[in-house]
Amino acid sequence: MLLLKTFLLGTTLLLAVATPSWAKLNVFACEPEWAALAQELGGGDVSIYSATTGLQDPHQIQAKPSLIARVRNSDLLICTGAELEIGWLPVLLLQSANGRVQAGAPGHFEAAEYVPLLEVPTLVDRAQGDVHAAGNPHIQTDPRNIARVAKPLAERLAVLDPEHGAAYGQRLADFSRRWEQAIARWQTEAAPLKGAPVVVNHKGWIYMCNWLGLREIAYLEPKPGIPASSAHLNDLVTLLKSNPARMIVRAAYHDDRASIFLSEREHIPEVVLPFTIGGTPVAKDLFALFDDTVNRLLRGLRG
Amino acid sequence: MLHVISCRLRIWSLAPLLLLVSAGSGISQSGMAMRGGAASSNPNIGVVLNGFYSQFSKDAPFSVPGFVLGGESGPGPAGLNLGESEIGLYGNIDPYFFGSAVISFSSAGEAAVEEAFIQTTSLPGGWVFKAGRFFSGIGYLNSAHRHADDFFDAPLPYQVFLGGQFGDDGVQMRWIAPTDLYLEVGLEKFRGEGFPGGGAPNHGAGTGAGFLKLGGDLGVSHNWLLGLSQIQTQAIDRQTGEDPALPESSFTGDSTLNLVSFVWKWAPLGNPKTTNVKVQGEFFQRVENGQYILDPAGMPVAINVKDANKATQSGWYAQARFQFLERWRVGVRQASVKADALKDLAAAGTVLNGDGKSTSISSAMVEFDPSEFSQVRLQYSSDMTNPKETVGRWYLQYIVTLGAHAAHTY
Repeated sequence: MLLLKTFLLGTTLLLAVATPSWAKLNVFACEPEWAALAQELGGGDVSIYSATTGLQDPHQIQAKPSLIARVRNSDLLICTGAELEIGWLPVLLLQSANGRVQAGAPGHFEAAEYVPLLEVPTLVDRAQGDVHAAGNPHIQTDPRNIARVAKPLAERLAVLDPEHGAAYGQRLADFSRRWEQAIARWQTEAAPLKGAPVVVNHKGWIYMCNWLGLREIAYLEPKPGIPASSAHLNDLVTLLKSNPARMIVRAAYHDDRASIFLSEREHIPEVVLPFTIGGTPVAKDLFALFDDTVNRLLRGLRG
Repeated sequence: MLHVISCRLRIWSLAPLLLLVSAGSGISQSGMAMRGGAASSNPNIGVVLNGFYSQFSKDAPFSVPGFVLGGESGPGPAGLNLGESEIGLYGNIDPYFFGSAVISFSSAGEAAVEEAFIQTTSLPGGWVFKAGRFFSGIGYLNSAHRHADDFFDAPLPYQVFLGGQFGDDGVQMRWIAPTDLYLEVGLEKFRGEGFPGGGAPNHGAGTGAGFLKLGGDLGVSHNWLLGLSQIQTQAIDRQTGEDPALPESSFTGDSTLNLVSFVWKWAPLGNPKTTNVKVQGEFFQRVENGQYILDPAGMPVAINVKDANKATQSGWYAQARFQFLERWRVGVRQASVKADALKDLAAAGTVLNGDGKSTSISSAMVEFDPSEFSQVRLQYSSDMTNPKETVGRWYLQYIVTLGAHAAHTY
C-alpha cells in the first residue's frame, strides 16, 4: 500500500512536470470515416486517433486499455451514435471518466444526430436480431450524409478551439466545394447501377443503396448480427432462382464464407466494398473511399 | 447488513452465472456496463437469467487441504438448478455521477444487494471516485461479474483466497495517467465484513486494497493488460463459508494477499467477430498472521499461524479461450493452490494442514453463443483438490441477458 501511494504521488508529480500543454485539439474518432472527416476539417490544428480500422466490425470492438487511455486524453470524441457503439463506447466513457467528452458535453459529437436515419424500427424486439432502436447507424455509406455531418462538426471544432475558428470555417468551405463536385461525379459514373438488384451481407448498405438506387433484395444475415445458416443460404438460392441479383455486396471486415458460397453457387459476382476508410488499400481518404466503392460496384455490374 | 452479502455468497457459484450490469470501475472490472443509447430509458434496466445442470462422479464435501474456505466457494449443487437471477439498474445520475444497483435473487428466493454504487464521471485530471457496495478492482477477474468469464465457476485460487469474489461496502479512488500507454492506479478502503475480512474491525474500515494496471496494444491484432494488486485485512472472528458440511471455524488476525494478473488478447487485424484468442493468468500469495479456531468435532482447537508460525499460501490459474468460428468457443483452464506445512502441532490432521503440497482443478469447456445475448456452455472439471480421489464434474449451463444492451469491459 505504501508502495502504491508513493508510486501514485511520484507519477503524478512526474507527469505534472513532464506533460506539455496540448497545443492541438485531441480528437478521438470511433470510426475511420470520422477521423478522415476531422482531418479534412481540422488539418494541422487537430491531433486525431481512430479507435478502429476499416477491417474491424464497428459493432464488436473491445473496450481495451489503449482506447480508455486515448479517451481519457481526448478533447473531442466523434462517433456515429445511433447505438452503433453501444457495446463498447459506454464502457470507454465510464472508465476513462473524462468529463470533456461525456454525453451532453461539447466534446461529445454523434454524427447520426445530423442525418435522417432510415430503417427506424417500429418495434424493438431482439427476436428480430440486434436491431438498433434509433435506426440504421451505417450512415457513412452515402456521401451526402458525410456532407450533412461536416458542417456541425466544423462548428463544434470551432466551439472547442475558438482560436482556430476561422481556419475550421475555411476548411469546411473548401471541403464542401470539393465534396459536392465529387458527389456529382460519382452520381454520373454510378448511373448504370440504378435499379440493380443486390444481395448484401449485413443491413449496412441501406444508405448507399438509397443514394445510388440499388435494390436490396436479400440479406446474407438472416437477422442483423446472426450469421448465415445453411438453411438460410438455401432459401437465398431459391429466391435468387426466381429473382436474380446482379451482385453480392460484402463489407471488407465481414466474414467471406457465406458470400463466396453464394457467389460461386449462383455465379453472381461478389463485390467487396471498403465500407469505410482502410477497408481496401485504395480507400485511404474520404474521396478515395467513394471512388473505390463506385468503381467496385461498376466492375461488379459488368460481371 | 453485510450478512446479506454472506447470505448471497452461500449460493455457491450460481451467482457467477448471472450477473448483469454494473459498469465496473477499473479496466479489469470486466463487469458489464449496459447503457442504452439516447433513445433508451434512464435508468437502463437489464436482467440476467441463468440455469444449469451439473453431475458429479462423487458426492463428497468440497475441501481444499491447507485452506479454510469462506464466502462463495465450492463446485455448486448437483442436478438441475435455477441459477441466481439479477436485475440491474444503472445510468447517469447527472453530469457528475453514474449510478448502478444490482439486486440478485437466489433460487431460494432471497434478494440481496450485490452492488450499489455511485461513481464520478467528470472529475478533472483523470481522477475517478466511487462509493457504495462494489466488487474491488484488485486482480483481473475480481470486479468482473461471473458471467463475463469463460467458465462456470471461479478459478480455484479465487475461491480459496477471495471467497469467489471480493466485494464489500467501501470507497475507491482511481487515477488514470494522461499517457497513451494505459496506466491506472487505485486505492480502496472497505468496511471489512466481506471475506477475506470479517468483523468490520478498525471502526468499520478494516480492509484496504490497492492496484496498479498497465495495458496497451501490440500492433493492431494484440492487446494486453498487466496488474499488480494487494489486499490487506484485519479479520476479527472471520467465519467459514456457510456450507453445513464443513466444520465451523473462525480466524482472527491479519491477512495480506498479493496478486499479479496478466491478460493477452488476439484477433486477426483486431476484428474478433469470427476468430479470437484470450489468454489470462493470475498468481496469488497470501500471508496470514493470527489464530484459527477449528471445531471439527465439537472440540474447538486453536491453531496459531502467527509470528514464527506465519503461514504462506499461494496459488495460480491460467486459462485460454479460442473462438474458432463465429459463435463457437472452446477453453481450457488449470488452477492450483498450495499451503505451507504448519508448525503448530495442533494443526496436524486438520484441514489447515496443507503439508506444502499443491492441489489442482483442470477444466475444459465448449460454448455456443446463439447471439450476443445468449450463451450455452458445457464444462468438464477434473477436481483433484482431494488428494485421495479425483472428482469429475460436468456442467451444462445457459446465461442470457435481457433488456439494456450489454457492453463488456476488457
